Amino acid sequence: MTVTAPADGSPAASLLEEGAGAGPDRAFRTVTLVAGTMVLVILLLIAVTMTVRAWPAFSEFGTSYFFGTEWVPSEGKYGILPLVWGTVLVSLIALVFAVPMSVGIALFVNELAPRRLRRPVVTVVDILAAVPSVVFGLWAFYNLLPGFQTVFNGIADAVAGIPVLNTLFGPSTGSSFMSAGLILALMITPIITSVTREVFATVPENDKSGALALGATRWEMVRGVVFPHSMGGVTGAVMLGLGRAMGETVAVALIIGARPEISLNLFGVGETMPAQIFRQLSEAGALLRSALIGLGVILLVLTVLVNVGARRAVVAVDRRVKGTA
Amino acid sequence: MSDTTERKMTEDQGPATVSLAPTGRGGADDAATERPVVFDVRDLDVYYGAHHAVRDVHMGIRRNEISAFIGPSGCGKTTVLRCFNRMNDLIEGARVEGDIEYHGVNLYDERVNPVEVRRRIGMVFQKPNPFPKSIYENVAYGPRIGGVKKKSELDDIVERSLQRAALWDEVKDRLKASALGMSGGQQQRLCIARAVAVDPEVILMDEPCSALDPIATGRIEDLMVEIKSEYTIVIVTHNMQQAARVSDATAFFSTEVNPDSDFRTGLLVEFDRTSTIFSNPTDQRTENYITGRFG
Ligand SMILES: Nc1ncnc2c1ncn2[C@@H]1O[C@H](COP(=O)(O)OP(=O)(O)OP(=O)(O)O)[C@@H](O)[C@H]1O
Ligand SMILES: [Mg+2]
Repeated sequence: MTVTAPADGSPAASLLEEGAGAGPDRAFRTVTLVAGTMVLVILLLIAVTMTVRAWPAFSEFGTSYFFGTEWVPSEGKYGILPLVWGTVLVSLIALVFAVPMSVGIALFVNELAPRRLRRPVVTVVDILAAVPSVVFGLWAFYNLLPGFQTVFNGIADAVAGIPVLNTLFGPSTGSSFMSAGLILALMITPIITSVTREVFATVPENDKSGALALGATRWEMVRGVVFPHSMGGVTGAVMLGLGRAMGETVAVALIIGARPEISLNLFGVGETMPAQIFRQLSEAGALLRSALIGLGVILLVLTVLVNVGARRAVVAVDRRVKGTA
Repeated sequence: MSDTTERKMTEDQGPATVSLAPTGRGGADDAATERPVVFDVRDLDVYYGAHHAVRDVHMGIRRNEISAFIGPSGCGKTTVLRCFNRMNDLIEGARVEGDIEYHGVNLYDERVNPVEVRRRIGMVFQKPNPFPKSIYENVAYGPRIGGVKKKSELDDIVERSLQRAALWDEVKDRLKASALGMSGGQQQRLCIARAVAVDPEVILMDEPCSALDPIATGRIEDLMVEIKSEYTIVIVTHNMQQAARVSDATAFFSTEVNPDSDFRTGLLVEFDRTSTIFSNPTDQRTENYITGRFG
């Protein structure tokens, strides 16, 4: 901070003058305000213009668009639920695998790994984050699907007699919700890991020592101190990953199988909203195009809702864990 | 856990004496030297990487006494203290040589489980570090990880520990409130309650009052004197009056210039009854320090 020396008179004289820092300070405030507003405005613009373009489909099909369970554009069936189902299912599968893995890697790097192992692990994870998604998709399409098919069918055979499980884990051709979910998990693990790692690193050393000095093991310390401290931040990390998973297009399009279907068979084929947009848009007529843009709007709304919901959940849990103020 | 139940309450311990001069409690010193030794430290050397941080520490810490570590900054008080509950294990590159026998068991024996050590030997830090949880959960944390599950049992422990830390009356109506909303002095007493809740034999305190005002400091000093009949306390302090007021034995550490590096190495200059250290120290360096002629 720069302080202008009072030239003469009372020592307090300078208090009334505008300090040298005031100009830049005001400029900074303006810039941040504009930037912040801009983000909101852009988001709003996207939502509005997209909705306008999607309107023909919305008004043409009405509730059968939002709640229809069949999506077969060639037969004039425009019910989006199968696509919503695919998107949600695939994203959930991705999170189920990616979150524990990311948290595990982040803990390993921050709390357990000897210093000389830290760098290499972090570097590998960061490189993984930089791999373009289409590369993941192609690699999985040509190299993993046959293996997935074998493994999935093995599991399906094993649980064939068990109710519920035999519905969830049915026969497979390789392309499936599960395959797409697994590849997505691999794709979003790096980003979740690196944000989670940053969040864990902000837990005060003093708090961690406090737990350890009470005879906590490392794991107990992590559960009792690191996790409660990091809940909000980790949720943010998960939301970043989830956003990417829900929006992923090419990789999922390659491996999910392209059949819009509300099926409980995780090993069966399906379809997601982005993948369907990607497949159909180039050859779509006016109405289908409008319906596809509608999918974009739904995706946007869904993402925003999930984000808001998660933040609320964090606040509620936080209050319970940390005690009332 | 057996000693903890053996330890019996002696209620004859009045509140802390508050005179500034070394207290006359030294009169009991002859009896005190008969108290069993909890920590027998021999030839202790601690290194941080290549830096020889402390050398040649010898001392015997006695049960149910308050032992104070004093000395200039950087002389290794914290370092030695953290050897007693193996907190130095957590610092990469820290190395401990020599023996610290705890009731005859070398704490650095490879068969010793450091987690168990820390359950027996609690610690209170310089900066109050309550967890970002409720007051109740802070105190219950240790017992919980120790396997206590029953709500009623936890309730009992929480109440007893808070009472022992002279905090119960202030917080009993807001146990569910966040610990972070308490004042610094309350937070530090909460940390003491938290340490006490796991029923340790020893409590190590690293400058526990350095962030507190004189009133809060006084309360914590009273508290230490009150609970020492049940615990063995080792306290690091920069406040010599505090050492004189509360402690039974005092260790004076100092530093010496290292011929082959820029780092200074800490060493134990003198360890004796507090009354002796403050009125009749053997070593000139001790005398210089306590009379303020350090340099
Ligand atoms: N984690 C660490 N890594 C490396 N060196 C350390 C570490 N902790 C302490 N040291 C070094 O060990 C020496 C003793 O430090 P220590 O903290 O034990 O001193 P102290 O007597 O507690 O000082 P103070 O009164 O300032 O708290 C110092 O030279 C310090 O730089
Ligand atoms: Mg210190």
